[in-house]
Amino acid sequence: MSRFNFFKKSGDKTEGAFFALESQNKLNQKKKNQTKLVLLILTVLPLLIALYHYLPLLVDSFTYDLIKLKPESHLGEAINFFFYDTIKILILLFLISSLMGVVNAYFPVDRLRIYLTTKKIYGLEYLFASFFGAVTPFCSCSSIPLFIGFVKGGIPLGVTFAYLITSPLVNEVAVAMFLGLFGIKATVIYAGSGILMGMMGGFFLGKLKLDKYLSDWVRQIQDNAIQENEEWNGEKTSFIDRLPTIIKDGWDIVRKVLLYVIIGIAIGAAMHGYVPEYFFTEFLSADKWYAIPLAVILAVPMYANAAGVVPIIQVFVAKGVPLGTAIAFMMAIVGLSLPEATLLKKVMKWKLISIFFGTITLFIILLGYLFNLVL
Amino acid sequence: MEIKVLGTGCSKCKSLEKATKEAVEKTGVNATITKVEDIVEIMNFGVMTTPALVVNGEIVVKGRVPSVDEIAKLLSK
Repeated sequence: MSRFNFFKKSGDKTEGAFFALESQNKLNQKKKNQTKLVLLILTVLPLLIALYHYLPLLVDSFTYDLIKLKPESHLGEAINFFFYDTIKILILLFLISSLMGVVNAYFPVDRLRIYLTTKKIYGLEYLFASFFGAVTPFCSCSSIPLFIGFVKGGIPLGVTFAYLITSPLVNEVAVAMFLGLFGIKATVIYAGSGILMGMMGGFFLGKLKLDKYLSDWVRQIQDNAIQENEEWNGEKTSFIDRLPTIIKDGWDIVRKVLLYVIIGIAIGAAMHGYVPEYFFTEFLSADKWYAIPLAVILAVPMYANAAGVVPIIQVFVAKGVPLGTAIAFMMAIVGLSLPEATLLKKVMKWKLISIFFGTITLFIILLGYLFNLVL
Repeated sequence: MEIKVLGTGCSKCKSLEKATKEAVEKTGVNATITKVEDIVEIMNFGVMTTPALVVNGEIVVKGRVPSVDEIAKLLSK
């Protein structure tokens, strides 16, 4: 109906202004492309969801009927696990990355900053900053400019830290992997505690008055902090025009981590089939008090992305390691890394980076104990 | 026309620079493209999410990499 209206309206216009015919053609072409895009999404999305839904059946019939492996055999179990998890995670990763892309494209960064500088609602600013960190990806493109932007706007350092803690910790890749391998409950706990930790960590670091350990040029900016109230409204590209880029970005993320996902799941699948039940419990079970600190301290210097780590952690959990210890381990790997430290070096002195890392390590360990107690 | 690509050197910034060059070639406008990598200078534009595109001193895109066609459209305005 609305399409019909559009053509009718455009018909009237062309009658009135003949010279506009060419641009009108272009407009129709654009409209056609948009319709094509919408139709494509309307077909691909249900297909993906259907595939996700029937995946266990499909993979079962592939491994057990088509290539005739026995369900009881180690190899059969491993192959089944590998195909099922890889496909499932790729679907989730693509959907969640695209969804996060949409959120990101419309997240009012400037408005948030003005809000954080002008309104002082006790505690709530930490929640906003931390939540903001969760929806933005942590990369050199966004994190440092945002950090400076916050400092420049006169936002307290603690609130800025809340953002900085959550940003690498909760990201689309980690969420997709958790959702695929541990289910909704564990994902909510992971994301929720990530945000909570950003708030607590930010609040704690803010109390320490660490401003003097910022890099000198950042301090200068901080001294000249001004409350900016101007809002940027240059972005006029419509949603439907931005959608292809957003979907492409989502696909790029999938492509970038594809190899890690496959390697991670392959190792996980091999372990799944061959490592005996309760193998790891000897060192990492809940009743060993040193399990969590050990897991976290081992994980801090490790640099790996969530895509490769979560499948292996899932095997740990399947073989008897408590979920809390596993989440703490995962947080330490994803949230703290050497590349992040070098990135932060641009804006803070080593001392501040050490305090920052030390505080987060401590908080992760505490969270780990809490998880094991509650879960 | 003076075009500036703001970016700290991440992969997205590079793809924005590339897309901008292509768009300039495509539209045939007379423009100079400079890449601004210094974070202090970037901050002076008031940009918080890179990459960003500045045309004649005005920020037209920030925080994302638009398609070549979209940049071309922005340039021919």
